[in-house]
Amino acid sequence: MNMRVPAAAPATPNGTTRPQVSIVIVGHVDHGKSTLVGRLLHETGSLPDGKLEMLQAVSARRGMPFEWSFLLDALQTERDQGITIDTTQIRFRTNAREVVLIDAPGHAEFLRNMITGASQADGAVLIIDALEGVRDQTRRHGYLLHLLGVKQVAVVVNKMDRVDFSEDRFDAIRTEISAHLQGLGVKPVAVIPISARDGDGVAALTSRIGWYDGPTVVEALDGLEPAKPLSSLPLRLPVQAIYKFDDRRIVAGRVEAGELRSGDEIVIMPAGKIAKIKTVEGWPQTPVTTAQGAGRSVGITLDRELFIERGDVIAHVGREPQAARRLHARIFWLHDQPLAKGDSILVRLGTREARGSVVAIEKAVDPGSLSNEENASIARNHVGEIEIALTQPVAVDPYTENARTGRLVIEVQGRIAGGGLVLSIAAGKRAAPVDIMPVESALQPQERADRYRHKGAVVWMTGLPGAGKSTLARALERRLFSRGGAPVLLDGDTVRAGLNKDLGFTPEDRAENIRRLAEVATHLARNGHIAIVAAVSPAREDRAAARRVAGDLFREIYVATAAEICESRDPKGHYAKARAGNLQNFTGIGTDYEPPLDAELVIDTATRGIADATDELESLLSKTGVLFDDIADLGANI
Amino acid sequence: MPRVLSAAPTMDHLDQLEAQSIYILREAFARLKKLALLWSLGKDSNVMIWLARKAFFGRVPFPAMHVDTAKKFPEMYAFRDTYAQEWGLDLRVEPCPPIDAVDPTLPPAARSAARKTEGLKMALAKHGFDGLIAGIRRDEEATRAKERVFSPRGAEGNWDVRDQPPEFWDHFNASPPQGAHLRIHPILHWTEADIWAYTARENIPIIPLYLSKNGKRYRSLGDQDITFPVASNASNIAEILAELESTKVPERAGRALDHETEDAFERLRVAGYL
Repeated sequence: MNMRVPAAAPATPNGTTRPQVSIVIVGHVDHGKSTLVGRLLHETGSLPDGKLEMLQAVSARRGMPFEWSFLLDALQTERDQGITIDTTQIRFRTNAREVVLIDAPGHAEFLRNMITGASQADGAVLIIDALEGVRDQTRRHGYLLHLLGVKQVAVVVNKMDRVDFSEDRFDAIRTEISAHLQGLGVKPVAVIPISARDGDGVAALTSRIGWYDGPTVVEALDGLEPAKPLSSLPLRLPVQAIYKFDDRRIVAGRVEAGELRSGDEIVIMPAGKIAKIKTVEGWPQTPVTTAQGAGRSVGITLDRELFIERGDVIAHVGREPQAARRLHARIFWLHDQPLAKGDSILVRLGTREARGSVVAIEKAVDPGSLSNEENASIARNHVGEIEIALTQPVAVDPYTENARTGRLVIEVQGRIAGGGLVLSIAAGKRAAPVDIMPVESALQPQERADRYRHKGAVVWMTGLPGAGKSTLARALERRLFSRGGAPVLLDGDTVRAGLNKDLGFTPEDRAENIRRLAEVATHLARNGHIAIVAAVSPAREDRAAARRVAGDLFREIYVATAAEICESRDPKGHYAKARAGNLQNFTGIGTDYEPPLDAELVIDTATRGIADATDELESLLSKTGVLFDDIADLGANI
Repeated sequence: MPRVLSAAPTMDHLDQLEAQSIYILREAFARLKKLALLWSLGKDSNVMIWLARKAFFGRVPFPAMHVDTAKKFPEMYAFRDTYAQEWGLDLRVEPCPPIDAVDPTLPPAARSAARKTEGLKMALAKHGFDGLIAGIRRDEEATRAKERVFSPRGAEGNWDVRDQPPEFWDHFNASPPQGAHLRIHPILHWTEADIWAYTARENIPIIPLYLSKNGKRYRSLGDQDITFPVASNASNIAEILAELESTKVPERAGRALDHETEDAFERLRVAGYL
C-alpha cells in the first residue's frame, strides 16, 4: 500500500517537475533494509509531524533503544489512522525525484517475489552489512539485477558504525562487490558508506566518514533516471491480436521500440511478408495522424489482407529482427523441478508462444555461492546458460540490440518458471522478405457458423496403425454431417496419394507430411469446416508443430488401442509385411510411436464401441465450444 | 510529395498508465476464453471500462457484470442504467444471496460485504467465466498491494497470497487450473490521484456522490449502509486532486468493513473478495 505522507501523489501527475523513479532495496536479510527505509523517510521529510518523537518517547518509556525499523512497523499498524503503508510500495520525495519504493523480500525463499518486484524497478539499492560483508544473497540479488536488466545500482555499505567507520573495511567490500557486479556488466552508480541507524551518508556526509567524498544515498537516488522508452531503436511491434469487430481488420499491439505512422513500409516477421500501414486506428478519435512511439498501445490496419497472427513482430523493411529457431540464453530458474537438458519447455518471447526443448546447458551456477555445478541441470534459484531449439521460427533480437525484444520467459505447466536474456541467435537463414498478397475469404466466420452450427476445428486423430483412427474419423464425419455440419476427412494415406506423394517415411519427410496436413486442415478450419485428420503422426514434436499451426482450433485425439490388438487387426496388411521385413520405417512394431501427453481425449477402441466413441468426440466438441447446442448460444462468445 | 515526418509525441504519466492498462486488457482478451469485467459503478471501474473501449476501439468485447447487493445508492443505479446503454455494454446484473447465507462469525459490515463474494461465486458458477477483470489498485489497501496483475484464484475463488507465481516483464500467468479462474487487474499500478486526473482528462462521467454536498463527499462508494462520506469541500475534480495532495485520510476510511478488526479485510480477500 502506498504511504500518503504528506501528499505522496502529486496534485496532478503532470503538475510535478520531479520525474518518478521506481526503486528496490535488495540485499541479504538483516543487512538493514527496514532501517534504511525508515531513515530515508525521515531524511526526506516524508514522516508526519511528531511521529518520530512519539516513537522515540514510546521506546524510552519501555526502556528499549529506538530502532528506525519501528517506523515501518508503526506505520503499518497505524495505516487506518491516516498513514497507510505496506512494505510493498512506499512513496517519498527527494529534491529531484518522486520515488516509488517497491518491496523485494530478502529471504531466499521469496526470490520469485524479489524478481516480481525488482523487474518493475528503474534502479536498485543493494545493501551490505559492513561487519558481515558480501553474503550469498547479496551476490544472488546482484546477479538477478543484471538478468532483470536493472542497470542503475547503488551499493550501500551499512552499519559502518559497527566497524568503527573503517575505510579499509569499506574498501575491501567495495572492491569485492564492484568486481562481482562488473563481472556481470553492471557498473554501480555509487558505493556509499553509511550508518542507516545514525544517519551518516544517508542524506549528509559526516566527519566519521570524512574520508569518503562520493554522493549520499539521497543524492544517488536523485541521479536515477526513469526507464526511457526505446524510441531511437528500430521499430518492433509485437502483435497481440487481430480484431475484426467491424469492417476494419485491426492489428493490435504495443510499440516496444521505435515508432510508426501510416504509410510506413513494414515487414511481418518471422514470415517476412511485406505490407504498408494503411491507417493508425484509435478511439474515440480515429484515424490517428501523429507518429506513435515506443510504449504506446496501438492498432493499425494494413493495405492488404496478409495472414498475420499473435506473436508476429512488425518491423520496418531492412531493419527487421531475425527469424530464429535456436537461441542461446542466460536464464534464472524459479521452478521446484530443476531445468534439465532435453526438457520440453514453452518459451514466451513478447507475445509469441513457442514450444521447444533444451538442447544444452552450460555454466549452471548458484549465483549466491558462485560455485560451478554439474551442468546437466539448473536448480531452483540458480542461473545458467542454455541452448534452446524451438519447433518454429520466431522473431527475436539479441538482448544487446534490444533489451525488450531480447528477453524471454519459460513456462512449465502453465506457470512462469524462469526467464532470461537472449545472448545470441544461431545463424539461421534469415527469411527473405516476400511480397505476396494472400486473399481472404469474402465470408465472415460468423456467417458460416450460423449455417453449420459449429465453428471450425482441427480434430487430429493419432495412434498406431490399426488403432481405429480412420473408422472413428468416418463415423464422426457422418455424425457431424447429419446434424447439418461441414466436416472434411483428411486421411493420412489418402493425402499421401496426392498432395504428399513426393514424401517418404524418413523423420524429415514425416515432419513435412504432418506440416502439410496441418496447414490444409487449418485452412479448412479457418473457413468454418471441421477437419478430421486421421494420421499415425508418431512424433510428439510433429504433432506439437501441427498444434501450433492450428492454434486454438486444434483438438488432439489419442486413439490408444493396445499394440497387440492393432497388430491382430492389421486392416492394411502392414504389420504382416513389416514382420516379414518388407516394410521399412513402419510405425507399430518398433518403439517409435510417442503417445500424446496432453491429448484432449483418449479413446481405446478395444473397449469402446464406435457409437460410444463418436458420442464422446461429439461431446468434446460441444464442451470446447466447437459445436453449438442451440442457435441462441451463438452470440455468447462473439 | 515528401511526407513531413515529425517525431512521435512523448508520453506523459497518464499516457504511460493508459498504454500499460490497454496492454493488460488485450493480453487478458487474447489469453482467456471467457472474460467478464466487474463493474462496481465506482470511479475506478468506470476508468477501466473507458480503457477497455480504448483497447478494443470503442467496443467492450466481454460482458460488464454488476454483482448487485441491492443496497447501492439510487444515484449508482441511475448511473448504471444510463451508461450501460450509452456505452453499449453487455450488462449482466447478478444478485447476492440473503445475509443469512453468509458466515455469521464475520463482523457486521464485513459480513454484509461477504454477501458480494457469495454473489460473485454464484455468478461464476452460472456463467463459467475463466477470467474476471477487476479495478483494484495497489495504493488502496495493504493486501491489494501484494496482488499480481494476473492473479490466480482457487476453485473456491480463494486467493493464496503466500504462493503467488512470479510475474515479470509483462508476461502473465494465464492458465488457471481446471475449475478455477483468474482475476485480472488492469489498473493495479494506478493511484487514486491518477484515476481522478485521467477521469478529468478524458472527461469520463462520474456519479455526483463523489463531489461535495453540504461539506461532505464520498471518496469510495459501496453499499449504502456501510459506506460513509468524508468531510470535504471539493466540488469538482480539480478540487478533489488538490484535496488528495494534502489529505492524511485514507481512501477507504469511509468503508466500515476495512476497520472492524485488523484482519477483516484480509479474511474477505482470501475468501475471494475483490
